[in-house]
Amino acid sequence: MLQQTGRIGRGPSFSGSNMEPMLQGCMVLDYTGRMGWLAGRLLADLGAEVTKFEAQGADVSSADWRALNVNKRLVRVDPADPDGRRALDQYAATADILIATPATADEADLYDYARLSAVNKRLIVVAITPFGLTGPKTGWQATDIEIMAAGGAMALAGEPDGAPLRVSATQSYAWAGSQAAVGALMALAARWRTGRGQRVVVSAQSAVITALSHAPTFVDMLGITPTRAGAYMTGRSVTGAKYRVFWPCRDGYINFIVYGGAAGRRTNEQLVAWMRERGFDLGPLGDIDWARFTPTGASQAEVDSMELPIGRFIGSLTKREFLEEAHRREMLGYPVSNTADIAADPQLEARGFWQDLPGPDGTERHCGCFVVVDGVRPPLVRPADDTGKIRRQARET
Amino acid sequence: MNAGVLALDGVKIVEFGGYAAGPHVGKMLANFGATVVHVESMSRPDGFRMQYPPYKDDKPGINSGGCFTYFNDSKYGVTIDLKNPEGRKLARKLADWCDIVIENMRPGVIDRLGLGFEELRKSNPGLIMLSTCNMGQTGPRADTPGFGSQLSALAGFCGLTGAKDGPPMLLYGPYIDYVASTLGATAVLAALERRQRTGNGAYLDVSQYECGLLFLAGSLLEYHTSGKIAERAENDDPDAAPHGTYACLGEGWIALSCWSSEEFARLCGAIDRADLGRDPALATLAGRKAAAARINDALNAWTRDREAHEAARMLQAAGVHTHAVNSVADLFTDPQLIARRQWSRRRHPVIGDQAYCAPAFELSETPGDVTASGPVLGADNERVFRDFLGMSEDEFNAVRAQGATD
Repeated sequence: MLQQTGRIGRGPSFSGSNMEPMLQGCMVLDYTGRMGWLAGRLLADLGAEVTKFEAQGADVSSADWRALNVNKRLVRVDPADPDGRRALDQYAATADILIATPATADEADLYDYARLSAVNKRLIVVAITPFGLTGPKTGWQATDIEIMAAGGAMALAGEPDGAPLRVSATQSYAWAGSQAAVGALMALAARWRTGRGQRVVVSAQSAVITALSHAPTFVDMLGITPTRAGAYMTGRSVTGAKYRVFWPCRDGYINFIVYGGAAGRRTNEQLVAWMRERGFDLGPLGDIDWARFTPTGASQAEVDSMELPIGRFIGSLTKREFLEEAHRREMLGYPVSNTADIAADPQLEARGFWQDLPGPDGTERHCGCFVVVDGVRPPLVRPADDTGKIRRQARET
Repeated sequence: MNAGVLALDGVKIVEFGGYAAGPHVGKMLANFGATVVHVESMSRPDGFRMQYPPYKDDKPGINSGGCFTYFNDSKYGVTIDLKNPEGRKLARKLADWCDIVIENMRPGVIDRLGLGFEELRKSNPGLIMLSTCNMGQTGPRADTPGFGSQLSALAGFCGLTGAKDGPPMLLYGPYIDYVASTLGATAVLAALERRQRTGNGAYLDVSQYECGLLFLAGSLLEYHTSGKIAERAENDDPDAAPHGTYACLGEGWIALSCWSSEEFARLCGAIDRADLGRDPALATLAGRKAAAARINDALNAWTRDREAHEAARMLQAAGVHTHAVNSVADLFTDPQLIARRQWSRRRHPVIGDQAYCAPAFELSETPGDVTASGPVLGADNERVFRDFLGMSEDEFNAVRAQGATD
């Protein structure tokens, strides 16, 4: 049984046709490799009928595959075979969107827009590659770490005097896949106006630039190149003092920053009140007028003397204690969660974020749809693959 | 190509809110032809205007901030005092005029202003409204205030960045806000698609936290399934070796990875260490991981005398996954990004020429564009209220005199 998702949100009580999935009737062919999986997942979650194509024997057991290809129909066919190519063209004749990650000349030919539009002029063809389909690096080989490097993200993560870092869970593919979903739907909107499909080309390198916030404006306007900040916040004090961001606690770390301004005032006052209630030594914190406090003028010695008692206090807390009490006190700051913390977060449970579906070993718990629509989280309607087949394989081995 | 046809031609959007999470959605849609009106007030301008540098000539000013303009190009800017009853009436007129409202206030605030979805759809039944905030509109912590930079820690990103035995690392800016804005844009476009079919609107409740988790979906499924907790691993990858960054001449670095023994052999040939490529002990992934220090020494000895971009070109020519670690400055000179016209320069009345970020995807028939710089505060009041809403000069002057546009 698939889990039914009940009403959990605010918003209107729609009925009738308005309750239909937003992308109902939208047929999507997903010929992507790892770089594109999220694109089809997002479209499926929004109500599209997404078919994922994998060659016979291709591994579909990894957590990444299953998490990002849930809610799609799996068809085992290799588009490189003549039969697979014929099937592709047959499917393309009636589909709305085809998504691919062409990595070779043959694949570029297979998913070529001119070729496919002759089959179906309303078809939208989305190509996701590391660098796009034109330009001097079109043929360059890149996986997540090279794309994160090319997009500037690694230059901004890590210790200032250490190696540039990537996030240890692949991110550039998620950026590329999510931008591909935006591009596909933009082309769908255009089709209402033109009556035709078109080609959408996603550069994963460009997609990663989305993650850099406004860092490029420093280069553009002031000639200053932002660099890695490590685990401390710099640039907030005219003295060059650095402020701690990550504080060791009993079971990990807390992200907490001594801010100024209205939000900082509330947070700092509440922190001191909390410390006082727990009988902690306040050090210099007890004498600070938080209404007048600004982090911009403090020397490193002053920052260090403030942070000493804060560090002792936070060191006595667990992540969950901090999360709950900081929320109650309307303080800024969050624990540095790991996947176990996230899995147990009552906020996500209350909003029905997780969804259980059949898996190879019984039930597997997936991230649900990212948006609550008209007060209801759209349910995932398909498990990640033909689980019966996986069970048989497991028994045989 | 359909010269002049825009993907979102005729789509009208009003934004109530500020900073990144709401306005970045509007920017993405404005770049493909939507008419987007960004609402602020004289007393409460967008927080990105004054709270975040850089500023023109490093001098803070309400209209000199590049952070604000960077996320609000191609939009119209108006001021409405939402604390003023006449201002709220004006805001209501805008909401009646538009197809989509985007707001990123704390949950409940837009309702208290009389601009909540239930209220607005009484007079605009086809309205689409996107509400985006830290935790979503419901749940025990729905009212949590917070910045995206800290929410990135709660959602697991910071804990997954850094060395295994070291502290978590910051990601630049409010990383998770841009995950949520990108996903939020897909939700808005999907709602538009349904409206085209059915005529019906939609209320979209986006939790930035939940959006972020989709970017870690595999790690979360792994935990739920096996109990294995994902950990930060510096630059290691379980399926590749070597896999990391290497210091080059000057301050440059390259990132590279080898996904097969053949690729490793090509790498060894390119760095004049064919002996390593022939070493049977290094012919397997496990062997190369066990010999990481030896391989990294050889790589570092080669890279430290070479400029990063040149080193990357050489290794790519040899068939090895590699790229220079682009600094943010490099993004303006990278020939690939230049070829893609990643940056569009537009003139702002105070800042002057500024580079704006082009979309990450290209549409062949209805291409996107940065059509204008970000607006100065209240720049388009007359245009929007008179031309878009059809107010007469007398009506406009009257609401202005009542302080509605303060």
